[in-house]
Amino acid sequence: MKDEILCNFWRRYLQKSQQAYCNRPAGEAIKVLSGCDSSTDVDSEPERPSLLHLLSFSESDGDLLTDCSFGSSIGKVSESTSVCSGSVDGSLHLMKNQKDKLRMSMPMTLSFCYMALLWLREPMTLSDLLRFVVEGHIPYLNVFQCFPEKMKLYGLDLKIFCVESWPVYEEVYDKMLQLAAFLELPRFPDITDSCFLHPDMLCMKYLMEANLPDELHNWTCRVVKKIRIGEADFLTFAPGNKSTRKVKYDVLAAAVIVVVLKLLFLLNDHYEWLLSDFAEERNKNNKEDGLYFEFRKWCKIIKGSLDVEQKKLDEERAKYLWRCEKPLFYSAKKKSKVLKRRQIVVNLQNQFGKLSGSVQPAEKPHPSSFQLNWSEENTDGSCFHGHSLKGILQEKCGLLTAMNPDYWLCTVKLCTEKLCGHLAHYRDLDFPQSYHFVLRLFSFLLRIQPSYIHEEVCMIEHKLFNKKLYKKPKYSPGQRK
Amino acid sequence: MPPCRRVGGHVGAARAAAPVAAAVTAARRGGPFPWAMDGFVGRAAPRPAAQAGSALLPALHLPLLPPHLYRPATSHEYKLNFRKSKEACLSYIQDAMLQKQWKRAAEFLTFYIESLEKDFSTEYVGPSEMIWRIGTEILCHHSHSSMKEFNSFIEQMKTLGVKRYLKVCLEHAFHLLCNGRTDEAYQNLSLAESWRFGEQTTAQDKELKLIQAYRGLLDYYSWSKQKNVLLEYERGGFEDLSVEQEMHSSFRKAAVNLKEIIQIPGVWDLFVKCYVDLLEFYGDHDEARQVLSEYAYNSKFPANPNAHVYLYQFLKRHGEPKKSLISVLKILHDIVPSHELMIDFNIMLQKSKKRKKRRLGLEVIFAALDYAGWKENVKAWSCLARQVKQIIISEKHPDWIKQEWNSRKDWWPTFHFSRYLAKRNWQENESLAYEKAVVAGILLGKDCKYFKYVSHQGCKDQKKRFRTLKKFVNKHSSVYLRISGLSDSSV
Repeated sequence: MKDEILCNFWRRYLQKSQQAYCNRPAGEAIKVLSGCDSSTDVDSEPERPSLLHLLSFSESDGDLLTDCSFGSSIGKVSESTSVCSGSVDGSLHLMKNQKDKLRMSMPMTLSFCYMALLWLREPMTLSDLLRFVVEGHIPYLNVFQCFPEKMKLYGLDLKIFCVESWPVYEEVYDKMLQLAAFLELPRFPDITDSCFLHPDMLCMKYLMEANLPDELHNWTCRVVKKIRIGEADFLTFAPGNKSTRKVKYDVLAAAVIVVVLKLLFLLNDHYEWLLSDFAEERNKNNKEDGLYFEFRKWCKIIKGSLDVEQKKLDEERAKYLWRCEKPLFYSAKKKSKVLKRRQIVVNLQNQFGKLSGSVQPAEKPHPSSFQLNWSEENTDGSCFHGHSLKGILQEKCGLLTAMNPDYWLCTVKLCTEKLCGHLAHYRDLDFPQSYHFVLRLFSFLLRIQPSYIHEEVCMIEHKLFNKKLYKKPKYSPGQRK
Repeated sequence: MPPCRRVGGHVGAARAAAPVAAAVTAARRGGPFPWAMDGFVGRAAPRPAAQAGSALLPALHLPLLPPHLYRPATSHEYKLNFRKSKEACLSYIQDAMLQKQWKRAAEFLTFYIESLEKDFSTEYVGPSEMIWRIGTEILCHHSHSSMKEFNSFIEQMKTLGVKRYLKVCLEHAFHLLCNGRTDEAYQNLSLAESWRFGEQTTAQDKELKLIQAYRGLLDYYSWSKQKNVLLEYERGGFEDLSVEQEMHSSFRKAAVNLKEIIQIPGVWDLFVKCYVDLLEFYGDHDEARQVLSEYAYNSKFPANPNAHVYLYQFLKRHGEPKKSLISVLKILHDIVPSHELMIDFNIMLQKSKKRKKRRLGLEVIFAALDYAGWKENVKAWSCLARQVKQIIISEKHPDWIKQEWNSRKDWWPTFHFSRYLAKRNWQENESLAYEKAVVAGILLGKDCKYFKYVSHQGCKDQKKRFRTLKKFVNKHSSVYLRISGLSDSSV
């Protein structure tokens, strides 16, 4: 089922970009065999001799995720091989004119994957996908290791397959948007309340991961409802519709949580500590009745874990091994040199590896959706899920509201997205430290820059305070409409 | 902490507007969370570069600038790629090495090594050199590493970079020598000497010369070992032709190499000494003298006080007349007035019959005592004291003292003759105090702090020489006035 979806996407791409499945593919130099004229070979899985993308991943986490593996294949090309690249059309691929921005590349494969996941409404966000790629659960870095034997890569193929950098969230996302438009896909299946990608669900997940009280979930739902971002029309991806803003589900959910925290705690480096003092006093005197949520304590614990995890991540990044046992080389002449070098590298690695005395980890840990885990069974009281928000709420007209009367906007005016590509810009010195800390927490969890979350926060705030911000004056003589 | 900007004024909350309860003001403990504690942003966590400020700042409207350049685009600087990853790895290695955590350094080096496979030709120091140097350090200090491992590592390093081949060989030889493996070092050097690689041989000429030099040195070393063995035998009454022959052949090899090397302008102190030693043993004094003179006087060679010292020592050994010794030391005095041989120089000069030489002697000893390293040198002070005393007694040439003292009278009193020094010198070293007191008494008069204190102490202790000193200074107190230029009458 999944194979089919991705295959279909892929075939459609090839058709649109005229690389195969059409009457006259670009590039006269390649003689096309007649067999690829038809474009309806949906069910068969023919073996194609050249470029074979084999992407497979398996993950096990909870009931929601299931094993899925899918492969895709491209159209046939002739048997005349060119010398400068192992693949037949490698050189052609790279020579294509610059206008054609939708050339296939390694990050693009991830865009394809994400698109397929979105179509299927799988419980995996783009940040999760990219994180799995970096952690090595999805072959990306040295994917040619998985290719079958008869596919030899050399020459210009290296430019495509020799990956030297990790994919960036924005890049993959933008490519996906372009791709969807290019393929002229219809509106994707609706994202409803029960879907994983719905803000309510994602907020729940992130609240758990960030060790925040469950009661905050009510608040996130209220915010979502008020600014109507929980509606299917807003959330569903419709490539043809250029006017609607495209939604990044994970960033949106994180931003909603940030806004809720701002609503309740103000986060101006002052008010939240006052509230925290109050909660602490109350907790000291009254231990049986359920603990109140203390912001200061939460910050301390989170900061500790965050620092540890960040340090581990930094070291992992520094220790990353980019090359693998099967080296790539440009041509047969360089092969011996490359292999010799490889041999030296392996020898040296062995020599120093023995000296480092570290035990090689036996196996990679399973990919998991959660990076930070907090459980109520911990006796050290580091889990805040059950804590109550009573200390900062009050009842008014039968409705629970925050005691905090104030709010500060991140920005008064949003930028024009067309000019600089962003709605708002972020510089951590301009904002309170507590706000920066919260952004930092979520940027670590999602592995993106804090400015992206900040942008979404600005967007949500403007939606939330729309009436107050865009109050039209009652009389406006002489003002143009 | 940056103040919170109430952007857009007081926007009423979407929730209730009830004032903050009085309960909140209760029990405000301590301050807010100490954010300033440790590095807030992790080390490798990148900052988005070139971000425009918040929307408060007005957009830049330069007249001819196209609109899409009004705000700088965010760079993807934080994008993690191969290069950045390896840079981070390298900084971890450097940290670990600075903290002497060799295991950790080795661990990170394992991950850095694959940068060999990528071309970093634009870097100032390429990865292969980096790995060579770091690897050497780690293998030197790591507790589990052995010479065998080190050798195999170096062999691999040699194959990595042709441009560095001789340098690696040379450093390898040094390392072996430091670990006492002279034979292996010798083999390595011989092998390296015979290495030829087209253009590279001429490009690495300097290293080749150094390798030759050190091989010569090792030849000398083996010669000297054999010589000692022979001497032992002679003492014991044995004779061993084979050792003798080996010795001679070592001599020949060493002599050839060393002679060639010494001709190149440079600092070859150790090599010169060894060569001269060889020549002296075989009785070739002329050649030795020539070599030393060349080394000392050839202007192509960098100025090197040691050259003059060696020459002086050689001439002294061979009983050269004082004239040549003095001429050699004169040059040394010009280069290094504070050299330890200045005392010998001064003694020689004092004994001379020529007035000019004695004058020079005074100059020499004053110059030497200008330096802080000589402050507590009893011998130097005694030389000065003797000479000054002699001049006063003979009543000839007190102007010499005047001339020398002129430039020093401003600062020598505090430098040498303070009351604090008087006490200290008296406590630590009586002879020093005595000699200095002599000089102080003559140059500064009997009222100077130093002289008064020391002589008082000395007389208190019933030391005879101090009483003599006191009398002497009292007798010649007018000299002081003349020297210091206080009196109008000049000699």
